[in-house]
Amino acid sequence: MTTNDKYKKVAYYPGCALEGTGHAYNRSTKAIGKALGLDLVEVENWNCCGAMEVKNVDPKLQTYLSSRVMSVAANEMDMDVVMAPCNGCYHNLKKAEYDLNNDPESVEVVNRLSSKAGHKTYEAGQVETIHALDWIKDAIGEDGLKERVKNSLSGIKIANYYGCMYTRPRHIFPEKDAGPGSESTSKPHFMDDLLAAAGAENVDFPLKTACCGGAHTMSDCDTSTKLVLNILKTARLAGAEVIATECPTCHSGLEMHQIRAEKVLGEKVEMKILYFTQLLGMALGLKPRKVGVHENISDSIRFLKDKGLA
Amino acid sequence: MRTLVELESAIPAATTADHLLAISEEVLEHWIVARGGVPTDDTREGFRLLALHRQGAKGDPSFNACRETSREIAYHYNLITMQSEATETTDRLEMMKMISNHLCLFISGKMQVAGLGDFCCSAKPIRLTPEIEAPTRKEA
Repeated sequence: MTTNDKYKKVAYYPGCALEGTGHAYNRSTKAIGKALGLDLVEVENWNCCGAMEVKNVDPKLQTYLSSRVMSVAANEMDMDVVMAPCNGCYHNLKKAEYDLNNDPESVEVVNRLSSKAGHKTYEAGQVETIHALDWIKDAIGEDGLKERVKNSLSGIKIANYYGCMYTRPRHIFPEKDAGPGSESTSKPHFMDDLLAAAGAENVDFPLKTACCGGAHTMSDCDTSTKLVLNILKTARLAGAEVIATECPTCHSGLEMHQIRAEKVLGEKVEMKILYFTQLLGMALGLKPRKVGVHENISDSIRFLKDKGLA
Repeated sequence: MRTLVELESAIPAATTADHLLAISEEVLEHWIVARGGVPTDDTREGFRLLALHRQGAKGDPSFNACRETSREIAYHYNLITMQSEATETTDRLEMMKMISNHLCLFISGKMQVAGLGDFCCSAKPIRLTPEIEAPTRKEA
């Protein structure tokens, strides 16, 4: 596996969630970047990607909002790559890229709004948007990661949960399903590969891209709780002790509904929920606090101590 | 056709992969019928379940959020029926129940928020619906 130098310095787009409920993901992403010698340059004056809320009201406005982030990175920071760890942001930037390549009406709207806002218009192809998984996989690779592991994750059984927006819809991710070495949209494996390189034992988890009900957590909370409970129980049945996440919405949903399932449905499932960046950070020798384990809702410290990571 | 609630309760009691596959097909039929379609009898890759999923996803990309779940049900069905003597069969059946349950829960949720959202299930509050309907009932 060869690594790609262009990913060693990237424009970092944390997005809104990583400044709020997903702060542990922000902290751990920055911490592993530093530990691996990778350079994250935060996008200046970034804005919301449009998330689900704007997209539902006006999809073209969401395209513009995402395009502005890419415009700042390309035109004001002279960067080639934008790295977005949040699945929602990553998805929206990829969708904007697709729309600007294929939909003249989107191009017209983005031109008009960019001009009104007084910044250069983003043109499709100016930057490449990647996820945090691509970033580590391509900048360091599994072999590079193995060389740097100080505390192996051996003995930890992990169910890797990718969520639904990392691979869907397939047409906005042209680099996936592109043959050997590329990510798969039906059975994603990048998180499995990285955590295995850090020594973890990945379990065969059939719900790795299943819906967690994250988008209707506020509107139909009971369905979200049931979906999350089913994910937790399936992971346990698969033999996992930990669910590794790569999306702040999925992560918060799993943690919150784990608690709610106990309160509302009377079902307690012992399952630790950690961001993959937290697990990798601890494998690289970082203390749990450095990767924000104390900022998670669920308490994993005793478990991590038992595993020799804290 | 059994209700989704009845189907959800039938899953834990299912004893064979055939039972679970039939329940999952019936779950997808609900979605198709609710949208005014007639559930197909076609198969795809040997499974009616996958043909039903494809039919359900027509014109609704967000439905693909259960594509892999449907495929995992088909995969587990194959594991169980093609290696019926395997020592893992009981565990595989339990896993197939969990996946079938996920499909049932997903469709139940999707039925409630039908017509909303883009590539996912939407954040639009379903409680809007009764509020919108309330004045109409008064007028009637």
